[in-house]
Amino acid sequence: MRSDTLPTCDEVADALSGAADGALSLDPPARRHVEHCLRCQAEAAQYRRMLRTLRSLRADLAEPAPGLLDDLLGALDESARRRRARLTGRRAAYVGGLAAATAAGVSGVIVLASRGRRRLPLAG
Amino acid sequence: MRRSNPPTPDEIGGLVEAARDGDREAFDHLVSQTYVETYSLAYRLTGDEEDARDVVQESYLRAYRGLRRFRGDAQFSTWLYRITANCASTHLGRRSRHRHDELDDELPDERVGGPGNPEAAVEAGALRDRLQVALGDLPPRLRAVVVLRDVYDLPHEAIAAELGISVSAAKVRLHRARRRLREDLFAGSADGRDDGFDESEAGARAV
Repeated sequence: MRSDTLPTCDEVADALSGAADGALSLDPPARRHVEHCLRCQAEAAQYRRMLRTLRSLRADLAEPAPGLLDDLLGALDESARRRRARLTGRRAAYVGGLAAATAAGVSGVIVLASRGRRRLPLAG
Repeated sequence: MRRSNPPTPDEIGGLVEAARDGDREAFDHLVSQTYVETYSLAYRLTGDEEDARDVVQESYLRAYRGLRRFRGDAQFSTWLYRITANCASTHLGRRSRHRHDELDDELPDERVGGPGNPEAAVEAGALRDRLQVALGDLPPRLRAVVVLRDVYDLPHEAIAAELGISVSAAKVRLHRARRRLREDLFAGSADGRDDGFDESEAGARAV
């Protein structure tokens, strides 16, 4: 009997929701089942209708409370301002670091020089 | 909800290019052209006006910072949907430390705003209206996947990446979401599968 090898409605139901948008195709046994099963045919038709309607929802827009656009642009301004401040801060830190390094270098030279000077009398 | 009158792809493309070159005004314009749609997606994902506002704001901040990484061959709207999905997921995940409603939450069925009342839903008229209600009734983690896939047409891979789940998990959720939506929409109709859980009966009928 061919029907012995056919899947049940429930087994087909799993595949129907995937097949509705064409992403998956039913395997041949499932397709044979659907061809002979009015209930599964109806279910497949329901999925197709549902998916068509879901796609159409994208054009349905929610109405945001007034002021959202101003808030968004304000947040962007604020973020850009803080970013600039951070960058400026980093630049200041960089310049400060350079100055400190230079100062350290200079004082190092002074120490060496003074040590050198101190050694001189000993050598003399 | 109202019907949209979206800007043309060319308009958007020009603005994106200018904004990527550092034209801040162009980006502001881009925001004003797209924010209602972004808000609509955020609202669908979060089910809450306040959350949707937060998500939209975070999304545009991230879009602005990441604009240089946007590849011109992708659609700007798709790119923005992905960012919004990711922000919504993060936002609800953060919030769910206090409440159980994150997109990735395994605890089901916080029924938001939806009446579990088929008669009222049918009376509301069009399939579209009933679908809105049925979507609101889905748990957030199922709703996110079906909204992103079937309403906004994001590929499975993108959905999985933005929600932080595997592709196979995304597919399973989509499948479950569709099943529940269909059952919600068509329950009680003459051709509805209202005995879908009775395997023995279904099996008996098939042979």
